[in-house]
Amino acid sequence: MDDLTPFLVLSGILFSIGAVGVLVRRNAIVVFMCVELMLNASNLAFVVFAKQHGNLEGQVAAFFVMVVAAAEVVVGLAIIMTIFRSRRSASVDAAAALRN
Amino acid sequence: MTAFWLLAPVMVAAALGVLFVRRAVHAALLLAVVMIGLAVMYAVLEAPFLFAVQIIVYTGAIMMLFLFVLMLVGVDAADAGEETIPGQRVLAVVVGAVFAVLLGLLLAQASLGVATGLGEANAGGNIEGLAAVLFSTYVLAFEATAALLITAALGAMVLAHRERLSPRSTQADRARERVRSYGESGLHLGPLPAPGVYARHNAVDTPALLPDGSPAPSSVPGMIASRGTGRAAPSHRDVDEVVGRLSASESTADPTGTETGAPAADVEDAYRGGPGTGPGTGPQDGGTR
Repeated sequence: MDDLTPFLVLSGILFSIGAVGVLVRRNAIVVFMCVELMLNASNLAFVVFAKQHGNLEGQVAAFFVMVVAAAEVVVGLAIIMTIFRSRRSASVDAAAALRN
Repeated sequence: MTAFWLLAPVMVAAALGVLFVRRAVHAALLLAVVMIGLAVMYAVLEAPFLFAVQIIVYTGAIMMLFLFVLMLVGVDAADAGEETIPGQRVLAVVVGAVFAVLLGLLLAQASLGVATGLGEANAGGNIEGLAAVLFSTYVLAFEATAALLITAALGAMVLAHRERLSPRSTQADRARERVRSYGESGLHLGPLPAPGVYARHNAVDTPALLPDGSPAPSSVPGMIASRGTGRAAPSHRDVDEVVGRLSASESTADPTGTETGAPAADVEDAYRGGPGTGPGTGPQDGGTR
């Protein structure tokens, strides 16, 4: 129970999977889910280090990450809905046409 | 540690599923599995408050928000198969693998040593300890969080709001529109014809027959017609077959054979004319307009 390395390994694996998902998936909503996965993985690392160092600041940081993630998801999904309404598509490739 | 070794493979498998699954709804459900697993991890790591927050905020609120937006955007929205940038997928996987190897090397190099444990910090209760840190050292960040949440709520309302460009059409407007189209193009004023009522099929998916024997397309709801699940109306051949059988049974039952023609003609008239006589004859009074 004293060695916390497996938790950190799990956190790293989840973060890597999330990063690959952001790069690979084309549906904007699934890309968002992968961003959430990365945020959650970093949260896990925060909580692990809180236990490692024996103080609660890591847990407070994880709590702040959760709050910011909630706000980010709300705004992000509203943007996706707005784009879907005007373009009838939730693909990130369709939104690239905004540049022109 | 048992919980970790039981849950970690499940979580990694679910996360990989988010990567590979085609439908966005399945990805959302798999992500919920990962998040519940993380909540258990927090409980193992002596963070009971974060355990509850993870379940309530992430799986309760954020995943539900994802599912709501998916329902609005269209559940069937799947990824387009082709790549926009050639070779991007392979490159992305290579970059991800390199990143994972780097993280692994980092963890292998570092020696964490013996964990201090949160027994001392959690002595007065986990939530009390968190509150002491949150409302002393991080009180400014906490206030900023309040501003952030209000901004996010307002932003979502502004982004999701849609101005009504035309006035809402009332029942009176629709009635006026209907009468005008009747005056201009002679469109039938009353309700749409009811679906067919027959001996074997008496359902909304069977079209009624017009007086000349052809099916009436407007008697079937548009949704059924567009899905292509409607039944065929009985054809002339079916009608003739029924009439022939009836007249045959008439002739065997009545050896004199005086009234053979009349009942059959009645049946035929009822069959062809009945559903076509207009709305209100069937049990389903087809007000589908």
